[in-house]
Amino acid sequence: MAQDAQAVAAPGPWRAVVSDYASDKQAFTVPWGKAMMWVFLLSDTFIFTCFLVAYMNVRMSTTVAWPVPSEVFALHIGGHTLPLLLIAIMTFTLITSSGTMAMAVNFGYRRDRVKTSLLLVATALLGASFVGMQAFEWTKLIVDEGVRPWGNPLGAAQFGSSFFMITGFHGAHVTAGVIYLLVTARRVWTGFYDRKGTYGTVEIAGLYWHFVDLVWVFIFAFFYLW
Amino acid sequence: MSQAEVQQHPIRIYLWIWLLLFVLSTFSYLVDYFHLEGTLRWSLIILFMLLKAGFIVAIFMHMAWERLALKLAILVPPLCLLVLIGLMAIEGKHTFLTRLGAFIH
Repeated sequence: MAQDAQAVAAPGPWRAVVSDYASDKQAFTVPWGKAMMWVFLLSDTFIFTCFLVAYMNVRMSTTVAWPVPSEVFALHIGGHTLPLLLIAIMTFTLITSSGTMAMAVNFGYRRDRVKTSLLLVATALLGASFVGMQAFEWTKLIVDEGVRPWGNPLGAAQFGSSFFMITGFHGAHVTAGVIYLLVTARRVWTGFYDRKGTYGTVEIAGLYWHFVDLVWVFIFAFFYLW
Repeated sequence: MSQAEVQQHPIRIYLWIWLLLFVLSTFSYLVDYFHLEGTLRWSLIILFMLLKAGFIVAIFMHMAWERLALKLAILVPPLCLLVLIGLMAIEGKHTFLTRLGAFIH
């Protein structure tokens, strides 16, 4: 390895920088793509925490009563009022998609091309239905309840801005994840990873998807249940 | 990559965790459904949240089987967020009291 690095370093100063930073100094014994995905998810953790902390701060500092999420997000079906029903369905949808994703990773390492790609497509479909339900929820809140980022008739004005910022950013992550999963599913289906010799990329996509589910766990607890 | 670095585990583990996440989500939903209040409410919400997050990271994201070097690199830095949470909680409380004073007078 060290000899290789010196051979690469020869052509110029920038190659030397690259080889100095990269050669023979591997700290993590995982594929680099996986290590980089973890670093990205770490940075994303900081972003989502900043949003949730900002939400905590405005909710603590407002003197106006905070709208009761249990009532705001209730569904009325056949004369019954069911608190948080849609949010519960969204939560179960996302958990189910995390389950199918874990199975896809597992079948990937078993080199089962067909099952892996089908499970990835199933995960993407569940993710897409989550985004669909979120669109329904946003429409209900904006059109029926009159919630806006700058105010709402239910209580503290900061409710709208926190809600749209946090769930919007999460929804954007789910949407990006659906596209990411479909691209990966297509590559699995066409035998790209069989030719490459490893299905490790499926696990990296899985890390991203499980993270999206992980963030929802915190949003569900702090925004909807608190 | 050697065999040890491939995350290959029995499917049974995933199915159990999947079921467990369903049960825990149902519990946290029931906290709201039965209108639990006060300390009981938020301690249960946080307990179920941390359990769910822990199982997702440890099993679904395979962190339990990674080497300690990677675990430390990913799991330790978020701890400094606790400082941010603490500071912003103090600040939020202060703003609340300031507003209360300003609105009364």
